Parts: sequence; C-alpha cells; structure tokens
Amino acid sequence: MFVVNHRAFFFWLTGLILAAAIGAILVFGLPLGIDFTGGSLLQVEYPNGRPPLSDIQQAVAVVPFGAVSVIPSGTNDVSIRTRTMTPTEHDAVLASLSRSASTTELSFTSVGPALGAQFANKAVWALVAVILAIVVYIAFAFRKVSRPVPSWGYGLTVVAMLAIDIIVPTGFYAAWCHFTGAEVDSLFLVALLALLGYCVNDVIVVFDRVREHLARNEKTGVREEFAVTIGKSIDETITRSINTALTVALALLALIYFGAPVTRDFALVMLVGVIAGTFSSICRSAPLLIPIAKWFEK
Amino acid sequence: MTRYRVWAVVALLAGFGLAYFVWSTQANPDSAYQFKLGLDLAGGTELVYKADMSQTPTSEQGGALAALQGVIERRVNLFGVAEPLVQTEEASALSGTTEDRLIVDLPGVTDINAAVAALGKTPTLDFRLATTTKVGTTTETVFAPTGLTGRYLTGASLQFGSGATAGLAAPEVLLNFDSEGAALFEKITSENVGQTLAIFLDGQPISEPVIKEAIPNGQAVISGNFTANSARDLVQNLNFGALPVPISLESSSSIGPTLGAAAIAAGVVAGLIGFAIVALFMVAWYRLPGVVAAVALAEYLAFMLAVIKLIPVTLTASGIAGLIITLGMAVDANVLIFERTKEELAEGKDPREAVRIGFARAWTAIRDCHLTMLISGIILFWLGTSIVQGFALVFVLGVLASFISAVSVSRIYLLALVPEEKSGAWKFLLGSGFRRSRP
Repeated sequence: MFVVNHRAFFFWLTGLILAAAIGAILVFGLPLGIDFTGGSLLQVEYPNGRPPLSDIQQAVAVVPFGAVSVIPSGTNDVSIRTRTMTPTEHDAVLASLSRSASTTELSFTSVGPALGAQFANKAVWALVAVILAIVVYIAFAFRKVSRPVPSWGYGLTVVAMLAIDIIVPTGFYAAWCHFTGAEVDSLFLVALLALLGYCVNDVIVVFDRVREHLARNEKTGVREEFAVTIGKSIDETITRSINTALTVALALLALIYFGAPVTRDFALVMLVGVIAGTFSSICRSAPLLIPIAKWFEK
Repeated sequence: MTRYRVWAVVALLAGFGLAYFVWSTQANPDSAYQFKLGLDLAGGTELVYKADMSQTPTSEQGGALAALQGVIERRVNLFGVAEPLVQTEEASALSGTTEDRLIVDLPGVTDINAAVAALGKTPTLDFRLATTTKVGTTTETVFAPTGLTGRYLTGASLQFGSGATAGLAAPEVLLNFDSEGAALFEKITSENVGQTLAIFLDGQPISEPVIKEAIPNGQAVISGNFTANSARDLVQNLNFGALPVPISLESSSSIGPTLGAAAIAAGVVAGLIGFAIVALFMVAWYRLPGVVAAVALAEYLAFMLAVIKLIPVTLTASGIAGLIITLGMAVDANVLIFERTKEELAEGKDPREAVRIGFARAWTAIRDCHLTMLISGIILFWLGTSIVQGFALVFVLGVLASFISAVSVSRIYLLALVPEEKSGAWKFLLGSGFRRSRP
C-alpha cells in the first residue's frame, strides 16, 4: 500500500522527471542522424594513430562540402559527416585522407535527402499505429471490468504511461548526444519500439491483477475501496516487476560492457527506458487509475 | 505424473536436438543452414535506387518493377557476388511509400564505386511514338511511351546493314522480343503505319525510324550512328538485360569487414554472458523453478536460432536487439508463473496444485502481454522501413516462441518434477528469495 498511500509524492516525482526529460529535449535538442536528414557518414580507422582532428578536417575540405563534422570515436577512429556525397566525391575524400596517414575505411553510408525525410515520416506513423492498436486491444481485453473505470480508460492510461516511458529515455538520449556527440539514428528508434513492447508488458501485468481483484470482488459481493484494490495489486506484482526489470537490465549491462560499439548506445537507451518503465508501472500506472475513477464517479 | 515425465523427456530431447542442429550447422562452413548475416554484421554494400515511373502507365508499374528486379539481379550475378539480394519496395499509400525503390545488397563488396559503375552499365530501353504538333511556325515533337520497353527484350545481336555509306556496311543492333513483346510490337506497328517510332536508350532517342508496315516477327533494328565498337558494347549490355524504366541512386552504404566481424564477436560474447547472468539470477532467486526456467530459456534460444536458420531470417544488429528483448519477455512469462505459484504455496496448497493454479492464474496476463506485443510487432513489420522490419520479424517470432516456451515447456518440466506431497524440502525448492525461510 506504500505506493498508493504516497501516490501524491510519486505523481510529483513523475512530473519532475518528465519536466527534466522535456527540458533536456528542448535545451539540447535531438541531433538527427543522416537516416533522417540525408547526408553521408564516413567512418575511418587510423591504424597508426589518429592525426589531429583539424588535419582531418582540412583533408576532407578538398571537396567543398560546406559544413563537415569530424567526431572521434574509439581510440583510432573518426566519423566524418557531410551532405550527401556522390561516389566521385567519396573517392576524392578517401584519397585525400590517406595521403598523410594510412587509413582503413570502416563504413560509408550515404542517404539521399528525400529518403531521409520519408524514413522519419514512416517511423512516426508506425509508432502512432502501434499505440492506437494497444489502446484498442486493452479496451477489448478489459471489457468485462467497466467499473469504476471504463475499459477504454485502462487503454488511455496505458498510452499516457507509454508516452512518458518514451519521453524519459528520449530526454536522456538528448543529454547523452549533447555530451558525447552521438546522433539519433534508426537504432535509437528501434530501441524506443522495443521499449514500447517492454513497458506495455509491464503495465498489463499490474492491470491484470486489478482486473482479477475487481472480478473476484464482484463475484463474492465484497465492497472494497478502489484505492485498496489498486494497492493490493501493486504489492502483489512488485516482486515480479523488479525481478523482470533486473534480468533485462542484467542482459543489457552485458550488452553495454561486452557488446559491439554499434549497439552500445542502443543498450544504454534501453537500460534507461527499462528502469523508467518499471518505475512507471509500479508507481504511476495503477495509482493513476484512482483519480480517473474519482472523475468518472462524479 | 508419468505422462508429464514422458513429455518432459521429449521436450528435453527436442531441445538438445535443436541445440545440436544450431551448433553443427554453424560448425560446418559448407552447411546450407549457416546464419545469414545482414550487411551491418558481415560487411558489404547496400545500394538503394529510385525507379522513375513517371513515363510508365500505372497499370504496368508492378510488372515494370518486377522486370527491373530481374534485370538487376542478372547484372549483380555478373558482378560475381556470393549471395546478392535484390529487393523491391513498391509505392503504396498504405505503407506510406511514395516511390518505387530497388534495394541491392552486395555482401562482401566494399567498393561502392565499382558496384555502382557495374550496375550503371545497364541500359534503359524503351520505344516511344512521335507525334508532331505545329505551334505557330515551329513544329514540336512529343514522344509518347508505348509500353514496349526493355522488359520484353530477350536478346540483341550485331549485324551490318545495307544503309551503307561509302561502300562500308553500317553496324546495326538487332533486337529480339519475347512473344508478349512481339505481340505488342506488332500491334503498335500495325496501328501506326507512317508514324515515327523512336527508340530511346538511357532516355535519349538514338534512332527514329518511320514505321513502313506492321512487323510481326518480334524483331527491331536500331540503326543509329554506331561505330563497330559502340554497337558491340551496346549489344553486350543489352544481352544482360535492359531496364524498362530509368533508375537513379538514392542512397548507398558500405560496412567494412573488420567492423562487422568485431560486431559479431562482441555480440556473441555479450549474448552468452548476458544469458549466463540471467540464468544465474533465476536459479539463485527462484531455486528449482529457476533451474527449470533456465533450461526452458536455453531451449527457447535454441528454438529461435534454429528458426532463424531455417526460414532463413537475415540477422542484423536490430534483429539481435529484437532477440534480446524477447528473451526478456520469455523470462518475464516464467517469473509471472513462479510468483503466482509461490502465492498459492503461501496459502497452504500442496506444491503440485500450487504449480497448476500458478500457471492458470498467470495465463491472462501472459496472454494479454503476448497479444499486444504480437500486434505491435505485426504493425511494425507492415509499416516499418527495412531496419525496423529486421527488428519486428525477430520480435514477432520471439513472442510466439516465448508464448509456447512459457505455457508448455516450463509447465511440463515443473509438473514432471514436483510431487503431490507436502514436505519442507519442496516448499524450499519452490520458494524464492535469498533467505531460507519465508516470512
């Protein structure tokens, strides 16, 4: 009952975290990668040590690209981002880079501007469609429990939770990008999608308990305050919520420490999201049903 | 109980079988069931082309795209790549795609320019009818597409025609159409006698002959201003196929082999360590059910890897992410069941009954979780771009496998092991937490 009794505190805490996340997004902004904006990204390794970044910048300037960002990664690698390169420009840059030091091209990605815009568009639509489908399914799955909260109320609560669960790791990533020079790429989007799946799962388990208690109370004719039902449900599922989060977090930590650099940022976003999502499902989702129930009883 | 024991042995053997299949097919480099690794893991080049359908009637766009795919596939094979993959992405309002695209994956190729150049040699061929209109004093010629394009071409050959200048036979290119193309050609020529039927190569009219009579044999001759060499090159390129519509390079990416190899090695290490930590935690906290869950999870993993090999699903970084998150789901289904079992046990039920009821109680939550995830996965696969689809496909498969693993495999094992009687030892084994006695 701890969570329910102190729900005002947890609502405020949620508000604070959310404000911090939105603040981070607004202040730092989300640096969109070439998947979204179009452009070219060239990753080069210097096996004999990396020359100063200004030298690399100068070497790239053989082709007049305009704005070029050169970001060091790892010990000997650099990522060079420019507007969309043509194959000839790509050749020219590579030749210029290897003139002063020996280099190995690790990867090269070039996305046309039109394709980038479409990618972002499509991704947003997919996210919206998934969230809509979840509302509809939950309204259906909870159709037999319509008091004191109508079944679509559960669906809407889940969506409100999901929105927060997505905003918090996004805010974290905005700050992370600001300090490390990382960018929002398609893997970040995949991480958000995976989180969506995880958080829905987490919230449903708590709601399933509420549903079970409500159905049993109805059957046995027990009158119980809604807040008490919610409190019981949370207490009964809290071990499971924490244990599941812990196992997933352990797997993600393994991915962060031992995994490939490509998936490191991905795993980090997931880790923040899983922690935020677990907090959300324990301390927010079900308690949020109480004020909603009050509102419907009026 | 005996029945469950038999099933448990069957399930265990099946698990070993799957694991052996995964291991042996991976250990044998010649096996047809090696993991298919995406370009981000194995290294290679991906080229995305935009197909320009502006000159193609809507009804023929699907066919043109399929023909485009065929021609490019032939080209790519010429390039000598081990397992090239040519996919098309059709424009449709439903999937939010506004352009027809051609995606060419060339594993192992890291020289983008060579690849682009090789594919770029593919000529675009189509026939257009010229209509001349007088605007004031100048005449304007408009070329209308006829639908007869490179997709109906079966081959080309070089010949020396009679339209000779200064005694030398001029080189000509003879085109052969397939039966469909021949019929179309005959129809066009018979309906438009006296008009100009221009032959466009790579968007430029190279020959503008006037139709003298219907041509029924499905052969056309291009007599442009060829030299012997340029005619020979054209014939060669046409024989590898001609594009029905022009294409332009929209995006390209190449991943060096070192980056990919490092990603795989790190991924495998992270996967093994992650799995070991999760299994250890499950055993330490949930004791006997934890052991069962660890075995069920190992089987789940073997099953997923076997399915990925058999379908085969191309593994990418995002696919591996999907695999890890579904592993989390599979753990969760087990945790749900064990927590429920523990509750029943605390109410004084005997262990076997507690396991049975635990499964029944956890069922609604497991069902709703898996169904919402399944719906999300399907929507993502339907709407997503290729990187999202890579995630969604593994995710959907994983959700299905986790469902089966949790509600059948774990259940069979537990029911095969847990006896009816109530004893302290069984209570301990089915309990949880790190302390010996529960409050």
